[in-house]
Amino acid sequence: MKRFRRHGQESQRERIKQELYGFNKTVEHGFPHQPSALGFSPGLQLLAIGTRSGAIKLYGGPGVEFMGLHDENAAVTQVHFLPHQVELVTLLDDNSLHMWTLRAHHGVSELLEIGRFTLTGPPGAPPSVTRVTAVLAHSSGDLLLLGTEGGHVFIVKVPGFRELEERNISLEKVTNSVPEEYGGRRSLEHVESLQENPVNPRQVLIGYGRGLMVIWDLDSQSAVKHIPATQQLESVWWTEDGGHVLSSHSDGSYCRWKVAGDDPQSEQEKSEVPYGHFPCKAISKIIQLPTEQGPPFLFLSGGMPRASYGDRHCISVIHSKTHVALDFTSRIIDFFVIRDGPDHTGEPSALVVLVEEELVVIDLQTEGWPVIQTPYLVPLHCSAITCSHHVSAIPLKLWERVLSAGTLQNTHYSKKPWPMTGGQNLAPDPPQRDLLLTGHEDGTVRFWDASGVCLYPMYKLSTAGVFLTDSDPNDNLNQGTEGEWPPFRKVGCFDPYSDDPRLGIQKIHLCKYSGYLTVAGTAGQILVLELNDEAAEQTVEATVADLLQGQEGFRWKGHTRLEVREEPVTFPPGFQPFALVQCQPPAVVTALTLHSEWKLVTFGTSHGFGLYDYQQKNNVLVRCTLNPSDQLAMEGPLSRVKSIKKSLRQSFRRIRRSRVSLRKHHVNNAAKLQQANARLEAELAEMELAPVQRKIEPRSPDDSFTGLVRTLYFADTFLSDSSHNTPSLWAGTNGGSVFAYQLRLPPVERRGEDPVTAHPAKEIQLMHRAPVVGILVLDGHGSPLPEPLEVAHDLARSPDMQGSHSLLVISEEQFKVFTLPKVSSKMKLKLTAIDGSRVRRVGVAWFGSTRTDDYGESGLTVLTNQGDLHVVSLPGVKLQVQYPCIRREDVSGIASCVFTKHGQGFYLISPSEFERFSLSARCVVEPRSLVEVSSETPSTTQPRALPDGASVEPVLQEIQKSLEVDQTVLCRDSFVCVCYRTFLENGTSALAGGNVLSN
Amino acid sequence: MNKNHRVPSNRTLGAVEVKSKFGAEFRRFSLDRSKPGRFDEFYRLLQHMHRIPNVDLLVGYADVHGDLLPINNDDNYRKAISVADPVLRLFLQRKEEADYSAFGLDTLTRPKKTVLAAMLLRPDANRKKPLVIISLPRDFRPVSSIIDVDILPETHRRVRLYKHGQEKPLGFYIRDGSSVRVTPQGLEKVPGIFISRMVPGGLAESTGLLAVNDEVLEVNGIEVQGKSLDQVTDMMIANSHNLIVTVKPANQRNNIVRSGGAASGSSGHSSDSGTSFYGYSSPGIALATTPADIIQNFHPEELESDEDDEDLVMEVDGEAMPIPRTSSASCTIPFIPRYMPHLDLRTTNGALASHNRSGSLRTLSTADSGLEGRSLEEEGTVITL
Repeated sequence: MKRFRRHGQESQRERIKQELYGFNKTVEHGFPHQPSALGFSPGLQLLAIGTRSGAIKLYGGPGVEFMGLHDENAAVTQVHFLPHQVELVTLLDDNSLHMWTLRAHHGVSELLEIGRFTLTGPPGAPPSVTRVTAVLAHSSGDLLLLGTEGGHVFIVKVPGFRELEERNISLEKVTNSVPEEYGGRRSLEHVESLQENPVNPRQVLIGYGRGLMVIWDLDSQSAVKHIPATQQLESVWWTEDGGHVLSSHSDGSYCRWKVAGDDPQSEQEKSEVPYGHFPCKAISKIIQLPTEQGPPFLFLSGGMPRASYGDRHCISVIHSKTHVALDFTSRIIDFFVIRDGPDHTGEPSALVVLVEEELVVIDLQTEGWPVIQTPYLVPLHCSAITCSHHVSAIPLKLWERVLSAGTLQNTHYSKKPWPMTGGQNLAPDPPQRDLLLTGHEDGTVRFWDASGVCLYPMYKLSTAGVFLTDSDPNDNLNQGTEGEWPPFRKVGCFDPYSDDPRLGIQKIHLCKYSGYLTVAGTAGQILVLELNDEAAEQTVEATVADLLQGQEGFRWKGHTRLEVREEPVTFPPGFQPFALVQCQPPAVVTALTLHSEWKLVTFGTSHGFGLYDYQQKNNVLVRCTLNPSDQLAMEGPLSRVKSIKKSLRQSFRRIRRSRVSLRKHHVNNAAKLQQANARLEAELAEMELAPVQRKIEPRSPDDSFTGLVRTLYFADTFLSDSSHNTPSLWAGTNGGSVFAYQLRLPPVERRGEDPVTAHPAKEIQLMHRAPVVGILVLDGHGSPLPEPLEVAHDLARSPDMQGSHSLLVISEEQFKVFTLPKVSSKMKLKLTAIDGSRVRRVGVAWFGSTRTDDYGESGLTVLTNQGDLHVVSLPGVKLQVQYPCIRREDVSGIASCVFTKHGQGFYLISPSEFERFSLSARCVVEPRSLVEVSSETPSTTQPRALPDGASVEPVLQEIQKSLEVDQTVLCRDSFVCVCYRTFLENGTSALAGGNVLSN
Repeated sequence: MNKNHRVPSNRTLGAVEVKSKFGAEFRRFSLDRSKPGRFDEFYRLLQHMHRIPNVDLLVGYADVHGDLLPINNDDNYRKAISVADPVLRLFLQRKEEADYSAFGLDTLTRPKKTVLAAMLLRPDANRKKPLVIISLPRDFRPVSSIIDVDILPETHRRVRLYKHGQEKPLGFYIRDGSSVRVTPQGLEKVPGIFISRMVPGGLAESTGLLAVNDEVLEVNGIEVQGKSLDQVTDMMIANSHNLIVTVKPANQRNNIVRSGGAASGSSGHSSDSGTSFYGYSSPGIALATTPADIIQNFHPEELESDEDDEDLVMEVDGEAMPIPRTSSASCTIPFIPRYMPHLDLRTTNGALASHNRSGSLRTLSTADSGLEGRSLEEEGTVITL
């Protein structure tokens, strides 16, 4: 009977778990790593980016995004949308072609691979015959022309990839139809470009690598015309009226050819080397677009003078008298131009450039061609991300202030809306505002709107102004003098070069209620900042915290402290620093917490921790946690490398000495010398061939970096007696120690004068000595204590102060609950002893049930070194669920993980991309978008008019018709929904409080 | 010298004549045989008689066979009184100088005189062959054991290493490797974890129960198959205070041969109290002995016991004190009782630990704590990565 009942309870618990937890990787934020191809569909208004790892990503209007991954681990080299359809074709590095489509499913479009194809040549032919170099998606929508390295053009019917062998354009056919002096003597080389005549879809232009271009009639299967260019061909553009062809060449020249008329050979109208005189690099792509009245726009990529500017990544835009060479900070992958008008045939409105590290969009209709800020694909890694911090449910007031501070920074951007509008974002506005803060190597902190699918940049804070650095901030502004040639203009924000690595941000903590922010960096600097809507000039007061406390035998060999600007600095509206603590030695800050109600900031490094009163601007407490025998921590970050070097050097020296001494005594004793050589070899062999082995030894108190402070926590709890709760500070170290201090704060009216004091109250040494990664106090109900000011703002239930509190110490190996105020072990959950994984990241989250609005539980979200995510219940510390999430080899991914308070999280999948995941069944943010092809006739959505709409062949016409019918089915757009429940706003929940836990 | 006391005493049988020897000094007194009292009273009496009130003693007596047996609790004290015939001959040693090898069963054939005199006066003389040592039960501490012989295949060995309170390093390394398994599809090569190296003088080597190239199958009851080398390393380190590894020895010749059911459950009592483990100090003995000598004390619930990780909690009376400015931070350090015996055992270690503690409570650590720290370095740094 008993057993039966227990079984019932268990199954009920299982059901509750299903209602609370669910794992999904939902969306990738940021810029795709190593993009390799760009495609654009004017009809769908979608852009597609292929990457070197085989991913394909589609973006439309903000929030509309899709992602697919090729099974092959090969780079995407080309992406082509089929005109007027929702299909696109990708060409991979391994010469395979893939057909993708956007299929509506339950009202949401999904990106699906629907076919794959590899050209097969005649038996025995070399692979180059079928190696695809150029792809043309014919405007009929059902033909694909594939030019190959061998110079052939294969024609394939899509979808379905059926080869139309009889219509292939072989090299022989072409050479036979052009004059002798072209065909016979030398190879025409590969097919470099395939272009369709914008006014006559029966004609295509085949451009060969050696320079010859041939206009081929698909119907008559014969060459109509040839263009006798002699320079190595880079790209071809057929002007919109069909009358001219532009070709660009490897010597940095471009030519215009007249193709109208009946003359089988076109004549060159113009040939120009835009950056000429000296040898130039190739112009890799050329586009010319007409304007309503006036001269056309000409876009050229590359073509720079080889010697002086050969390393620049430039796109030149020439319109009338205006000529600008847009100078990008990374390699150009590809570009296209968006045009106005319902048919996308009007004025060029925006230039979209995909460079290796970002997407840049230039507004061509506003004076000065300003950049339009991208709502997505923002390069997170403008400067390398060094840390991140997530704050859920931002109050509207703070949100608006941050936004307005950000708007003031963005005045140089174009006011025009984002030109890419494809698809529909049907998702409701997220009911809560979430901020993701990223710290960067150059000392900036970026604020991102992380509420929805688009990670949108809101505001950027720079801390470098507080310090004296080598670089002059005006350096970059003084370039672009009048009359410079080429007329460079820097665009893009990717700038990976940090002036001073010491500026790097390591820890961030924002109080969303008070607007106080604290950031800490690589050189032991801790800044406290306040949000100010006005610009202000002020001096930042620096306080030094000597964490060594007279510890002797210490030599810091790391970097020096940052120098602070003595004179007042003008800070723009936004977060403005007003206090600075500098740790001595200036080691990287490893833990940081702010308590805005008590106006205290606590910080820790590998040497100790301190408590700083930012109202009175003085140190309340400094505590050294260093183990005196810990030489590594004492000497600083450089010594580790040195010591290995040193030991190697020593062993070589020892060997050499033995050889020298041998020589001295027995100069002719060859045998001994040989012996010494053998020993040297053996020693070297041992160094190289020693198998990977691991020492099994318990951690000792003398291990290195045991004093490193891993976590800091403020709590108002029962530290010393069970009747009075007092403010307290908790610190956990790498060596498994926990230090608790009782804080005494003066009454509010005397807060400015009377000192804050801290008294040591407790120390706990965990026997297993594993690093303490989180400390949390649970109230009488077992709920985590709320954040400071949360109760004051009526956003959380006040904690239960009647029942007994308990202390949760999370080490890398165990979760352990102790009673308070007398610390004794209550319960624990062992992790490492059971499955060998260790806690890397931990956060407190509130999980709402999907079934009822009013039920939810607090839990710990845990990421292990194996890349697994766990949820551990509170206060019972029981393992609830476990999901594999990150590859365990992906150390930087695991290290970058940050949890939200509602069971979501982010981690870096590349230097420039965050993967968003959700552990909560209720709180999921994922793209759900719907893409529809406009119901008008295909020809109207074409970028370049198709006057007679003639299809190539009667047979194909029929197929096209049936396809049109299909389209209405295929193109149901769908959108993303954000299922958020804000318990905060309902006021029904006790919100998880432990803001300090993730570090 | 013993001869004098062979003469039957004319005193009443109610009294026990005691001759107590400490170093070169004798003391004689008598005790009431019917009311011997408790051991601690007796111990204090001895200290008093010899005027050595603050010396820790090891008390031994010669029993009728001439064996030197310890007196260290009420039971063996009463036993000693009851068997005194009629003289109770006591031999006291300073604890720190104690020669445990003097204790033990002697063969009956050996002349008593030689044994007692020679052993006590020149402890190292006359010791020709290793004795099976029975030390004082309260000083017993298990080092390692083979467990679960009855439930494991004969080719496997489950070894328990007791690191707790040990000065010795665990002392072994593990590596990746591959082993051959029998599967339904035939023989298959699967990845496995192997012992790659023993540290000379380490606990693992000294037990003789583990050897290089032994395959590690389980750690504290959890299979390691499918786990990475680093995971297994972390598991072992997390369990290092009480590590139970199941191995498939590379050398299968020393396996325990089971003789029916005789082996099972032979010594359940041994697992319950920390005072009655048998310890093997020399390798080989455990392997050579019969199953009856093997302790079967692997109880899964023991793994869960908190014996493994009693954390140290130090409380500072924050109310009473300002921030201590000198090294004399008056703090109470309540140890968790169960940790006590261990601290007691390793006096040096315990002393160091308390050193650390008092040092670490100084908020403003003084220069001399650094000096104290220096001395700690003698311990030798073991860096576990």
